[in-house]
Amino acid sequence: MAEQTTHMPTWLRVGVVPLVNLSMALLVSGLIFWIIGENPIEAVKLMVYGAFGYQEAIGYTLFYATNFIFTGLAVAVAFHAGLFNIGGEGQAYVGGLGMALMALAFDDVLPVVLLVPLCIVSGAVFGAAWAAVPGWLQAYRGSHIVITTIMFNFIASALMGYLLVSVLIAPGSMAPETRKFTDAASIPYLYEMAAWFGIEVSRSPANGSLIIALLCAVAVWLYIWRSPSGYALRTVGFSERAASYAGIDARKVTVITMCISGALAAMMGLNEILGTQHSLLLNFTAGYGFTGIAVSLMGRNHPVGIVLASLLFGALYQGGAELAFDMPRVTREMVVAIQGLVILFSGALAYMSEPWVAWVYGKLIGKRVIVEGAV
Amino acid sequence: MSQTPVNDLAIELRGVHKRFGDVHANKDVNLQIRKGSIHGIIGENGAGKSTLMSILYGFYKADAGDVLIDGQVVRLANSRAAIEAGVGMVHQHFMLVDTFTVLENVMLGAEQGMALAGSAVAAREQLQHLAENYQLSVDPDALVGELPVGEQQRTEILKALYRGARVLILDEPTGVLTPQEADQLFRILRALREQGVTVLLITHKLREIMDVTDQVSVMRAGEMVAHRATAETSERELAELMVGGSVDLELDKSETKTGDVLLDVKGLSAKDGRGVQVCHQMSFQIRAGEIVGVAGVSGNGQSELLEVLAGIEPLSAGSFNVLGREVSTKNKIDPKELRQLGLNHVPEDRHRLGMVKPFSAAETSILGYHDAPEYRRGMLIDGDKVTKHCQSLMDDFDVRPPDPTLRSAAFSGGNQQKLIIAREIERQPKVLLVGQPTRGVDIGAIALIHRKLLALRDAGVGILLVSVELDEILALSDRIVVMCGGELVGEVSAAEADKAQLGLMMANAREVANG
Repeated sequence: MAEQTTHMPTWLRVGVVPLVNLSMALLVSGLIFWIIGENPIEAVKLMVYGAFGYQEAIGYTLFYATNFIFTGLAVAVAFHAGLFNIGGEGQAYVGGLGMALMALAFDDVLPVVLLVPLCIVSGAVFGAAWAAVPGWLQAYRGSHIVITTIMFNFIASALMGYLLVSVLIAPGSMAPETRKFTDAASIPYLYEMAAWFGIEVSRSPANGSLIIALLCAVAVWLYIWRSPSGYALRTVGFSERAASYAGIDARKVTVITMCISGALAAMMGLNEILGTQHSLLLNFTAGYGFTGIAVSLMGRNHPVGIVLASLLFGALYQGGAELAFDMPRVTREMVVAIQGLVILFSGALAYMSEPWVAWVYGKLIGKRVIVEGAV
Repeated sequence: MSQTPVNDLAIELRGVHKRFGDVHANKDVNLQIRKGSIHGIIGENGAGKSTLMSILYGFYKADAGDVLIDGQVVRLANSRAAIEAGVGMVHQHFMLVDTFTVLENVMLGAEQGMALAGSAVAAREQLQHLAENYQLSVDPDALVGELPVGEQQRTEILKALYRGARVLILDEPTGVLTPQEADQLFRILRALREQGVTVLLITHKLREIMDVTDQVSVMRAGEMVAHRATAETSERELAELMVGGSVDLELDKSETKTGDVLLDVKGLSAKDGRGVQVCHQMSFQIRAGEIVGVAGVSGNGQSELLEVLAGIEPLSAGSFNVLGREVSTKNKIDPKELRQLGLNHVPEDRHRLGMVKPFSAAETSILGYHDAPEYRRGMLIDGDKVTKHCQSLMDDFDVRPPDPTLRSAAFSGGNQQKLIIAREIERQPKVLLVGQPTRGVDIGAIALIHRKLLALRDAGVGILLVSVELDEILALSDRIVVMCGGELVGEVSAAEADKAQLGLMMANAREVANG
C-alpha cells in the first residue's frame, strides 16, 4: 500500500524541463518545415551554424542577446513586485532619446569616459520617468499597469516619430534619424576590445554593452534577493496585506520598482544607439521590448535564467536570419513563427511538461514523484 | 471497540486511506457510528477530520477502503450521491445565498419540476413539519442575509433535513456562535437524536465533546487513535490522545501589578474597506502589566480595531495615545513608527499579514524589520545574520522543524504562529497587540503561547488580546471588554467574569447595557 514518494529534484525542474519544452517547440517547427517541403534536420543544422558556427555569427548572437538581457531584466524586476510591465518597448525608445540628446549636445565637448556615463544616466532617467507615470497611476489612481504601459508604448512611438521627423532629423537628410555621433559617444566593439589585448576577432556589432548587461544581471540579483528594498519589493509582490502589516508602503514600492524597470529597459539603447548605430533612428527598438516578456518568462524571472534565455533568443534571431537567407521557401515570417513556438512552449506552457518529466523520472527510480504545486 | 450489531450502524468506515501528494491525510481509518447517536470526532488541525468528512460527503474519493451506510457498501461519487444516501452536511462556512429567503435557500437544488410555485407550497409545508418535529423554527420568508448567524446555521440544518438526511455532519459548528447560540444548537442536536437522526460532530473543542456527544473518536496525524464512550472519558484523556503525549492544560496565573497607562484609546471610530463604520467611539486603556481581553463574536469590529491600533488602517474619528505619541485623523502613524515606539502586533490573519507564504522561515522572521541595521552588511541584508536570528527564535519557541530555509507555508499552523509570536516578542515590546493567538494551533503550542504571553505581562508589558475563544479570554485576561456591533458594550474584571454574562453581552448588547 504505502508507496514511496519523493520531490522533483531541482536539476530536473530547472535543467531538463526547459530542454524538453525547447525540444517540443523544435519538433512542431520541424513539422512545419516538413509540410512546406524543407528538410527539418537540415534547417536545424543551418540555424545552429548560423548562430554559433563562426566568429561573426557568435558576435551577432551576443549582440541580440544583449538587447534581450536588458529588456528581460526590466520585466523580471517588475514581475517580482507583482507588476506586469508591458511597456519595455516604449521605455527603451524614450530611454534612447535621453541618450541621444546628451550625445548630440556634448559629443564634441566631452571625452568618452565622461560622455558615455552621462548618456547612461540620462537614458536611465528618461526610461524611468516614462515607466514612473504608469506606476504612479497604478499606485495612486488604480489604473491597471498592463493597460497604461501598453498605451505608453503608443504614445512613445508617436512622440519619437514626431521628434525624429520634425525636430531631431539631421539637416538635409531624407531618413528620419539624427546625425551620426562622434566617437566620444560610442561604446567600443568587442572585437576592438579584443584587439587591445592583441587578440584578433572577426568584426561584429557585439559591443561593450554586453558587459554592462551582465553587470546589470548581477545587480538585479543583488537588489531583489539581497537588499532591504528588494525584500520590500518581493513582500509587495507576494502579499500587499503583509506589506502593509510590515510598514512597507506598497505604493511607493510600485513607483520605485517601475522606475528601475524602465531604466533597465532604457539600457537597450546603449547596445543599439551608442554601441552600433551611433545615431538615433526610427523604431530602433524593433520589438525587443516585447520579446523581453518572453525572455523573462522563459528564464523564470531569475537573472541567470534570463541570461540563458537571452542567448537562446539571440541565437534564434541570428540563426533564423541565416535560415531565411539560405532556404528559399523559408521566409522571414517563418522564422518569427519558430520564435513564437519557442515562446509558446517555454513561456506560456512552461509547466505543461513537468508532470510528464516527473512521471518518466518516477518510473526510472521506482518512486512516485511529486510535482510542486500539485494538491 | 465495543461490538455493535451491524444493523445498528448508520455509518461504517473500513480501512479508508486517502493521500494528497506526499501527505497521508487518512491512514487505515475504521469508524462505526450507531444509529440515533451524537458521535464526536475530535483532533487537532490537520489531523484528517475534514478529509474524512469530505470522503463521507462525496467530495473526495478514498484511495482505498469502504464506506457503508446502513450496512450497505456505497460509492459516493459526488455530494449528490451522498445526499441520496441520506447524508447531509453543515459546513463551517455556510453555503447559503444571502439574498434569498430561507424557503428559497432550502428549495435551491431540490426543486420539484419546472414551475417553482408548486414546489414552494410543498416546501413550505415540509418546513412547517420539520420545525414542529425538531423545534427548528426559522421564519421561512426572512432573507438569509438579515438573519443572525445562529439562524443561518439552522437554515443549513433544515436544508439537509429537507433533502432527507438521516445522518447530519456538522463541521466546527460553534466557531461563529455565542455560548448561548451554541447551547441552543446542542438542544437542537439532542432533539434530532430523539427523532432518530444520527449526528456527526467535528470539533477541536473538548468541552463541546463532553457536553453533547454519546461517543467520541479521536484522530491524530491521519489515524483513528481511540474510540470512547463520552461518559467514560475526560477532557484530559482526550487532550492527551489528540496530542499523543501528556499535556499541561493548567495555567499558572499570578496576581498582577499594573503600572502606567501605555495605550489610551479615546472615542476611536473606524471604517472598513467599503466605508462602513465598524468601530464606534471606543474608549479604553491598557496599563503596563495587564492583559486586556476583547471578547466578541467574530466580525463585530475586533479585527478593524486591531488594524487601526497597529497603524495598518486609518481611524475615521477620535484618537489614541500610544506610549506618549498622539494619533488622530490628522496625526497619522504607520506600523514602522509604532514598532520603533515599542508597539508590536501579532496579527489575526497570520497567512496574509503575519508572514509571506513563499518566503523562507528566515525571511519571514524579519518581516517588519528588514530595514533593521543588525541584519545588514553594508547596504545588503546579511543572510547569515538573518538565518542565525531565525534559528534562535526557533530554539526559544520550539518551532518544528527548526529549519530556517524551509518555506513559511510548509510549517504547520502552530509552528507558523510560534515563529510570528517569537519575532514580535523577541523585540521586547512595551505594548503587544495579539489577535487570535491560538486559532488553528495545536494543543501543545497553545500552552506554550499562553505561558509566553503571561510571562510577558508579568514583565510589565501591556497586552491587548482579541480572541473569539471565550475560554482563552477568560484564562489569560486581567480585564475583559466586550465588543458587539462595533461598540464597546461592557467591561468586567476577570475575577468577576462569568461565561453566561459575557455571552449575553456579546449577543445582545443594548439590553444588557440599558437593563
